[in-house]
Amino acid sequence: MPGDGRPRLTRHVRMRFDATRERHVLLGPESVIVLNPTGADILGLCDGRRTVSEVATELQARYDRVVDDEVAAFLDRLVTRRCVEIDDA
Amino acid sequence: MPEPFGLLAELTYRCPLACSYCSNPLELAAYDDELTTAQWQRVFTEAAELGVLQCHLSGGEPLLRRDLVDLVRTAAGLGMYTNLVTSAIGLSRSRAEGLRDAGLDHVQVSVQADEPATADRIAGIPAFERKLRAAAVVKELGWPLTVNVVLHRQNVDRVAEIIALVEDLDADRVELANTQYYGWAWRNRAALLPSREQLAGAEEVVRAARARLAGRMEIVHVLPDYYAEYPKPCMGGWAARQLTVAPNGDALPCPAAQTLPLPRASVRDQSLRAIWEDSPLFTAYRGTGWMRDPCRSCDRRETDFGGCRCQAFQLTGDAARTDPVCHLSPDHALVTDAVEAANAPAGRDEVLVPRPHRG
Ligand code: SF4
Ligand code: SF4
Repeated sequence: MPGDGRPRLTRHVRMRFDATRERHVLLGPESVIVLNPTGADILGLCDGRRTVSEVATELQARYDRVVDDEVAAFLDRLVTRRCVEIDDA
Repeated sequence: MPEPFGLLAELTYRCPLACSYCSNPLELAAYDDELTTAQWQRVFTEAAELGVLQCHLSGGEPLLRRDLVDLVRTAAGLGMYTNLVTSAIGLSRSRAEGLRDAGLDHVQVSVQADEPATADRIAGIPAFERKLRAAAVVKELGWPLTVNVVLHRQNVDRVAEIIALVEDLDADRVELANTQYYGWAWRNRAALLPSREQLAGAEEVVRAARARLAGRMEIVHVLPDYYAEYPKPCMGGWAARQLTVAPNGDALPCPAAQTLPLPRASVRDQSLRAIWEDSPLFTAYRGTGWMRDPCRSCDRRETDFGGCRCQAFQLTGDAARTDPVCHLSPDHALVTDAVEAANAPAGRDEVLVPRPHRG
């Protein structure tokens, strides 16, 4: 996962809050992914402008702990599932 | 109580095509009395309240419902991810634009084969060219395109050509799903079940295509469970993640459950929540409490949930038995006999019975 890539949701998935499960969910044609709060925070910052490193830095400030590996691993999983794409710098 | 994620709304069983692999029920006429627009809208609202996040609009051919745009608008307005499952016959550009403006998220187009003669023979009418045009419209309007191809004895040898066609259509995703033997496909099983050799050939083609198209097109390949050691998990468990509503308002844990000898549950008589939580059709096989051996003591019981209840019923007459696809099932010979027949050296020339098309 290159730190200077800019992640964003692929165009066929959508994130929203689900009141029933009290979680954010990622909706796609064949899948529903129920996100934990950290995952929802990460994706909330993935707007195609921020880089992976910038996302991690912002979260680090918010949570007051280092999250680099967590962010990279999470985005990696979603890239594999074609929910996130990374624009190279 | 689990909360369902997906609703399969079978809006109508009317269809311009007559596919012999169709899993719609044999008694199509029993579903002519379709829910009204307002009734479907109520179903969608109740589904959203139950926790449903995905709405698959299917059939038959959902485009035959004149109110499709209104139904999409309602489902999308409830925040559900809306997916149209269509033969694409009747998907003109203006119709497509109306659906897009109503909020439709995704379109899945079925294709029967890679060239008109086979495709039209399987579909029962000349539909091939129209489908290709409709698939192009889907891409032009900016939707992601999934192409669904049901594989069987009659087309599985052409899987390389089928993948090439799907590539030409610039699809984002292709599902190569072997036939599931329900409804009309059950009636046509002998003519549809591929041989071992056919499957091995297809698997090799798919493996190579996956490597070649990685990152460009996703290829989902669903093997026929008749050839597997273990059954497919039943949709994440019986009445656990999904529900289906048939054109006449019957609510079902899965689209093949019409055949089970349990009292019907209709959205005309009850709320979706009451059906989901309390109707025998939904509670009968929920969880693992209903299981008998070998499933009851098997450590895969939470993995595959004992396989498909509808298949167990279809093959043994008892929906609570282990899915005969499982090699541990005492009824496994029912499956191996059919597989043996499909691999008989003499070869067979079974005739496909088309489902009647109803327009
Ligand atoms: S006849 Fe073919 S297109 Fe129509 S519902 Fe059945 S499988 Fe789908
Ligand atoms: S015995 Fe039942 S639970 Fe075990 S693998 Fe077979 S079908 Fe699944």
